[in-house]
Amino acid sequence: MNARALPRPQIPVNSADPRHAVTLTVNGVEVSREVSPRMLLSDFIRHELGLTGTHVGCEHGVCGACTVLIDGVSARSCLTLAVQADGAELRTVEALADGDAGLSVLQQAFAESHALQCGYCTPGFLMALTEHFESGDPLDLSDEGIREMIAGNLCRCTGYANIVVAVRRAAELSGRS
Amino acid sequence: MKPALFEYHRAASVAQAVDLLAEDPGAMILAGGQSLVAAMNFRLAAPSRLIDITRIPDLDRIAVTAEGVAVGAAVRHRTLERHDGAHAVNPLIRAAQAHVAHVPIRNRGTVVGSLCHADAAAEMPLVLLLCDGWVELEGPGGNRRIPAEQFFRMHLTTARASDELATRAVFPALPPDAGWAFAEFARRKGDYAIAAVGAIVQCDAGGRITRARLAACGISSKPVRLGRAEAALAGGTADATAAAEAGRAAATHVDAADDSIATAAYRRHLVAALTERVVAEAAARARRGTE
Ligand SMILES: Cc1cc2nc3c(=O)[nH]c(=O)nc-3n(C[C@H](O)[C@H](O)[C@H](O)COP(=O)(O)OP(=O)(O)OC[C@H]3O[C@@H](n4cnc5c(N)ncnc54)[C@H](O)[C@@H]3O)c2cc1C
Ligand code: FES
Ligand code: FES
Repeated sequence: MNARALPRPQIPVNSADPRHAVTLTVNGVEVSREVSPRMLLSDFIRHELGLTGTHVGCEHGVCGACTVLIDGVSARSCLTLAVQADGAELRTVEALADGDAGLSVLQQAFAESHALQCGYCTPGFLMALTEHFESGDPLDLSDEGIREMIAGNLCRCTGYANIVVAVRRAAELSGRS
Repeated sequence: MKPALFEYHRAASVAQAVDLLAEDPGAMILAGGQSLVAAMNFRLAAPSRLIDITRIPDLDRIAVTAEGVAVGAAVRHRTLERHDGAHAVNPLIRAAQAHVAHVPIRNRGTVVGSLCHADAAAEMPLVLLLCDGWVELEGPGGNRRIPAEQFFRMHLTTARASDELATRAVFPALPPDAGWAFAEFARRKGDYAIAAVGAIVQCDAGGRITRARLAACGISSKPVRLGRAEAALAGGTADATAAAEAGRAAATHVDAADDSIATAAYRRHLVAALTERVVAEAAARARRGTE
């Protein structure tokens, strides 16, 4: 896992909310912050850590744009409180590319296959798919199997056809097909 | 939107969670948060206190015993779905879990949370009712168990008192000779069911149905047993005519009103077709079992 220094946005703190100390590992770096109990993990990632690759679409679990990996498995960061992630190992889309060395196999396949247009949904798709690709489970690469893998993520641009192509391409690139 | 302010407590034990719940009438249990946090984001729910039960030791246990599959309150959908021991004694669990939301939501949402949430279109309440399971609760006055038949009262409402914590749910093992099946119709795999039906069927050596249990969700204000369809099947041969007959009887159980997703007439059509399908499938499995 590549460890990079995380940006620290200077957000003025003028809230009267109580604060809870949380410590978690984010993309290989340990971070500690004091957060309001009502801070969503998605807002923690974007506003506290400045990692804006995690997108927020619906804030009620439906669109999948905010999907991240918590302890290796995919989760909606908009339906998780930052305090619930205390002690967790978190990965966001920023963890996928190996610095300047290159894109992850899934990212490369998405780029090659024209699987994104505006790109708003893409981080969520990549993180949800990363769980499937990292698990030892066999991948069902039929159209139906791939569509099921991505069923929890909405895309308003592509019509999904090229996302299906990209998943198959990623499986090919990683020797999983 | 963002949630209104609340106090957050991470309970270390069941006893502490019960105390924290009793102290504040505005308190709510936080399990996976997959329904509650969504409701809080929209301020449809504004609890004054959340009691996180997911780190209570032992609450994340699945125990497969003679009574069936006991699922602790912190067990995530995905953990139960992948549990081979649970699948071996009650294959309906895995079959239904595949339809509960999507993997990222199943990774966080809990089975017991889904029972306590009690959405009328949710799959796991249907399965608990179908296999005659129960929920175990712990409150200031001690513990009790409520059979599924009495636990689900109506959409989003259960027999759980507001100061009680559900500690675990037990899904009994299916009889070894039973055939089973589960089928759901939703617009997209992972959405709540427009209608879903589950079946447990036992046959004698001659292919006669000795016992049939059927339940559905999405068609009423809570998961329901399809008693008239069960009666139509009892003692008969498990053939296509009987399955179709059961389907027609099942349709009479639909009492959901027309809504933005489907009309009542369409739900009657769906439940009839799904019942026909699960009866045929379960009977075929039962016959294979008795051969
Ligand atoms: C996009 C989306 C799609 C979904 N689709 C489906 C679907 O198709 N089928 C389906 O069944 N579900 C679906 N769900 C809901 C999901 O299954 C939830 O995980 C589940 O309903 C609630 O479980 P939870 O652990 O997340 O509970 P929480 O959200 O933490 O809690 C839900 C409610 O139950 C109470 N509660 C939880 N645990 C306990 C306990 N141990 N004792 C007492 N009270 C408790 C809480 O106080 C709250 O009122 C979906 C959710 C989303 C976001
Ligand atoms: S923003 Fe979390 S699922 Fe849409
Ligand atoms: S590429 Fe625009 S939403 Fe998916």
